[in-house]
Amino acid sequence: MPIDPKIYREMGLNDAEYRQIVETLGREPTYTELGMYAVMWSEHCGYKYSRPVLRLFAEYKKAQETGALENAGVVPLGDSGWGVVFKMESHNHPSAVEPTQGAATGVGGILRDIFTMGARPVASLNSLRFGPIEGDGPVAARNRYLFEHVVAGVGGYGNCVGVPTVGGEIYFHPCYNGNPLVNALSVGIVKLDNIASAKASGVGNPVLYVGSATGRDGIHGATFASVELTEESEAKRPNVQVGDPFTEKLLIEATLEALATGHIVGIQDMGAAGLTCGTCEMSAKGGLGMDIDVLQVPRRESGMTPYEVMLSESQERMLAVVARGHEEEVAAVFRKWGLQAAIIGEATDTGRVVVREGDTVAADVPAKSLADDCPTYYLNAEEPEYIHRVQSADFSSLPEPDDYNAVLLRLLASPTIASKRWVWEQYDTMVQTQTEILPGAGDAAVLNLREPSTPGASPRRIAMTTDCNSRFCYLDPFVGAQLSVAEAARNLSCVGATPAAVTDCLNFASPEKPEGFWQFRRAVEGMAAACEALGTPVISGNVSFYNETPDGAIYPTPTVGMLGIFEEGVEPVGLGFQNDGDLIYLLRPDGWEHESGIGGSEYLSLIHGREEGTPPRLALDAERRVQSVVRKAVGARLLRSAHDCSEGGATVALAESCLAGNRGAEVRFAVTDFGDQPWSAILFGEAASRVIVSVRPGADQDALLDLAEDAAIEAVFIGQVKASERFDAAGLLDLPLARLRDDYENAIPRAMGEK
Amino acid sequence: MNSAPPAPPAPPRIGVVVFPGSNCDTDAGNAVEQTLGGEASYLWHADKDLENVDAVIVPGGFSYGDALRAGAIARFAPIMEPVARFTADGGLVLGICNGFQILCEAGLLPGALARNEGLRFVCRQVYLRVENTDTPFTSHYRPGQVLRIPTAHGEGRFTCDDAVYDRLIGENAVVFRYCDADGRSTPEANPNGSRDHIAGIVGGPQRNVLGMMPHPERAACAWLGSEDGVGLFESLGAALLDGKRAAFAAQRAAPAPV
Repeated sequence: MPIDPKIYREMGLNDAEYRQIVETLGREPTYTELGMYAVMWSEHCGYKYSRPVLRLFAEYKKAQETGALENAGVVPLGDSGWGVVFKMESHNHPSAVEPTQGAATGVGGILRDIFTMGARPVASLNSLRFGPIEGDGPVAARNRYLFEHVVAGVGGYGNCVGVPTVGGEIYFHPCYNGNPLVNALSVGIVKLDNIASAKASGVGNPVLYVGSATGRDGIHGATFASVELTEESEAKRPNVQVGDPFTEKLLIEATLEALATGHIVGIQDMGAAGLTCGTCEMSAKGGLGMDIDVLQVPRRESGMTPYEVMLSESQERMLAVVARGHEEEVAAVFRKWGLQAAIIGEATDTGRVVVREGDTVAADVPAKSLADDCPTYYLNAEEPEYIHRVQSADFSSLPEPDDYNAVLLRLLASPTIASKRWVWEQYDTMVQTQTEILPGAGDAAVLNLREPSTPGASPRRIAMTTDCNSRFCYLDPFVGAQLSVAEAARNLSCVGATPAAVTDCLNFASPEKPEGFWQFRRAVEGMAAACEALGTPVISGNVSFYNETPDGAIYPTPTVGMLGIFEEGVEPVGLGFQNDGDLIYLLRPDGWEHESGIGGSEYLSLIHGREEGTPPRLALDAERRVQSVVRKAVGARLLRSAHDCSEGGATVALAESCLAGNRGAEVRFAVTDFGDQPWSAILFGEAASRVIVSVRPGADQDALLDLAEDAAIEAVFIGQVKASERFDAAGLLDLPLARLRDDYENAIPRAMGEK
Repeated sequence: MNSAPPAPPAPPRIGVVVFPGSNCDTDAGNAVEQTLGGEASYLWHADKDLENVDAVIVPGGFSYGDALRAGAIARFAPIMEPVARFTADGGLVLGICNGFQILCEAGLLPGALARNEGLRFVCRQVYLRVENTDTPFTSHYRPGQVLRIPTAHGEGRFTCDDAVYDRLIGENAVVFRYCDADGRSTPEANPNGSRDHIAGIVGGPQRNVLGMMPHPERAACAWLGSEDGVGLFESLGAALLDGKRAAFAAQRAAPAPV
């Protein structure tokens, strides 16, 4: 019986896709089959619009061609035999309608991607973006609600599961009104010999379902993620899954213990598209099929149809293929941890996923057609009209501020720049006792790992950060994305780590609009070029489209998560000034005129209400040299502090180093060092590739200057750390630290009505 | 024939209880091994055997997912029977964070840990004042010493009725109070609203049970930000060694069998 087009359209399939399904099957699909195709061929699972563009990432292209596209990328830790696994994923739409559970399950999902590879999760980070939280009115109130509950969701899940949340970023901007971004990143470590595969293998091997029982939650979650948010989105709350971190903790321990038996031949978590994705992807990767009976699937609700069982996105579940004869031994491990473990079928040589309900066949589909044959589209890209307008803005007639003190205080009190202590104190940042640099203490989070456990022979310190300045990406997606990559690498270099690899979370508007797709393509082009130049390949990631509401689209937000590895013996450096009398230098590319001005800056937006101009210039080679000098200086123990200049420019960076170290500073800028720009640009402009360091006078200072000179990097002397507890800059600013601290520390609590 | 002379005391073996949802168990075990050179022995919640360990740590985490309330289910775990007997016999038991909550729920320490006053989870470095060095857990500290040790909990507000409170004060059972860097207990320095700033108490028949919300295992080496927790593990190790020395001496002094 032909299916009413209304039904498949409702599920997100178009007429041509439906015809392709009929052609593949040689008949009309069953309702269950239709649902399976709809989720697997959604943008969220099938990447039907993004795949052609993602091939710009060299590693992605290679992996796709060799069939090695696993759940998360692996970076070796020197030659220790251990590796770091990390990946970032979005949970934007669920968090927009049900923030606590949306954020919690985002954390849970990305953790499963890590331990399904046999890696123990050692840290989480997240990049969160909301509309403005200050002021009255329903929009700000809703933003506060989303902010508060997303943070509670991240903390509630991460704290219980025993994985420290060590860093990330939080931005506030009206473009995220009604469409917050929740990007969760997780990091794990694994012995390279023990990496688990997501491939089914061995015909006749049993298929083992483990973890939580299946309920009706999250049905069509992946499809929901692939449309724009509307007024009716609130009605999709039942599409949001409910997380249980306690079960996840048990699942981590049980999975790692079960993998250690050596009897699991393939394992994958069941996240988006649940059992459908697990069976089809594992089968397709292994070139096999699977025959399963939904009646064997543990349930937490009665009367579920095969359609519901196959599409449920209940959390904390995994699917494993186990060596025949050892299924009881493996199942016993999960049961010991109080988890469900049920054999639901076996691997076959048919290449088809057959779903039975007892004697009835509910679905019989070629696994590859769902997992690999999702139609891809080469969409039309068109430069949005706003680009020319914003880039040609002229700021020459803008007045200079009357009071630079007031400007600095406003910047420090802007929630995007202000201290995020209110947030990170709700996260357990220290569990596992490996966190060496905590949030707020350095430019990146640093872990001192217990494994690999051969001291002196292997790198054990790693650093992580997430970065994206979406205003820059709005003004110029290509340069903006490059700046995000550069800033991430700079943050890692500031703590002393060598940037190693990238995971990305590409948050964009609808790709079905040519302007949205243009932003996406340009950003990916920029990111790919920057990653190539900085030697940090993109090894995993995720795309989130349709981030728009009836009020408009988000700014393009290609979030960069970057991993850095410390060379053996290098001790990390924080951002706070350490000693009275230390000298403060600004490191930057030599001969750079720094005419970047104030385009795209937080200053321009906050003080003048304009989001225009071009993002700062970026020369990737110069960026690399600046970072190399910083790393060498950290390695040689020359630096007392290092902090990159980002939102709010050099002045905010200096103020942050004062506050973090609880020390004052006396700073003098020579206008001639800054291309005779206006003071606002010198103080608050956001020129790229700049790092503020402090160094002991004498031999350390000389050594630093030598390093800089060798690399053709300019070290501009700008001041001295003082015991004075005052921040005095350029003769234009002079404020007591206590005043800076009050605005910086209390801005978010005040916006939340707590101070 | 005389038996061989008894072997000198070996480094202590410390049992660390593992409940479903414990997540500071290996942190505690590592801290013990690192500070005492002893051996951590992990005790599964479903077992009923302490495997002859010298002392027991009930670690932090979210046992049973904090279902009902923190520690409410863990008190019924099979392992808690031998822990209670061990406590009654004077064995040294240290409950950290969720472990403190469990010991209170099990009735091995008085009082209860309620939801933080601010209703949110709080993870930060706090300062503690050592109120009592006459315990097996604090002998290596100075009276009034100010320690910097992290907390991380959502339910850490120590609460008790007046009778219990009077008894705690009367028996000098308060071991740690929250304070500021200068040792002053103020509302701002109290992260959870605990009664009288109480962060840790001692109980048991021989003051042999310590419960504390802050995490000394997270302050056991300089690069973690503080080494102030080391003294607690060293005190514990010294107390065990004293006990072993006494037993060793008693054994040697005993007349050889004829």
